Amino acid sequence: MTSMGMRRRHLLAAAAGMAVVTTLPRAAGAQMQAATAEAVRKATGGKEPQEGRVTLRLPPIAENGNTVPITVTVDSPMTAADHVKTVWIFADKNPTPDVATFHFTPALGRAQADTRMRLGQTQDVIAVAQMSDGSFYMARTEVKVTIGGCGG
Amino acid sequence: MAAPIGQPRVRLPASAKAGEIIEIRTLISHVMETGNRRDQEGKTIPRDIIKRFVAKFDGQEVFAMDLATAISANPYIAFPFKVEKAGSFEFTWTNDAGEERKSTAELKLA
Repeated sequence: MTSMGMRRRHLLAAAAGMAVVTTLPRAAGAQMQAATAEAVRKATGGKEPQEGRVTLRLPPIAENGNTVPITVTVDSPMTAADHVKTVWIFADKNPTPDVATFHFTPALGRAQADTRMRLGQTQDVIAVAQMSDGSFYMARTEVKVTIGGCGG
Repeated sequence: MAAPIGQPRVRLPASAKAGEIIEIRTLISHVMETGNRRDQEGKTIPRDIIKRFVAKFDGQEVFAMDLATAISANPYIAFPFKVEKAGSFEFTWTNDAGEERKSTAELKLA
């Protein structure tokens, strides 16, 4: 294969990547990896998440990426008529973006979940929430990772 | 062969007032093998994780979580619960192989 062919292939790949990024909802703010953008799109069924209502609590600096505490809360009355149904957590630059999917019910009284996650490197963590009315909200926050935690 | 699912530990208040929102904290020992790691001979160590957690109250599902490989070893999961009546919780952890580990807890009204 000629180097020209190689270059063309890279350009095409880059162009494809950009196409994905430009179709991202504006609420996403900064760009996302193609795999993350695809995972978000799969979660929302292509609907554009709005900003707000979702709060992500993570340490700004994680010394050990193997176990990073994360709390997600969503502003919701959690009544039968108006509640959070699902919250997805994604890690933008992990080998795979999926982290967790939480399934909420009004019985919780408050939309919150806590867990501990692995972060392979410094990156954004993203939360997408689906409300009972079918709307989506999103939040993202950056975590600086000193020692990566993906067993590499 | 799937790694053993360790003893689950669940913490919640033994009793609470109606209307109160309590926190339920759970921990289970498990390696959460990602499938990205290799052993000393360079062979991939197969993925083996707890992939689902379900909390039921009096038989009704109140909270569930699908876990991916990015959840840390010995998964910690905590969530709130609004107390309406006394009853019993059942918590179930399921691994990739479909094996389950269950734990139960009683909730009394204060």
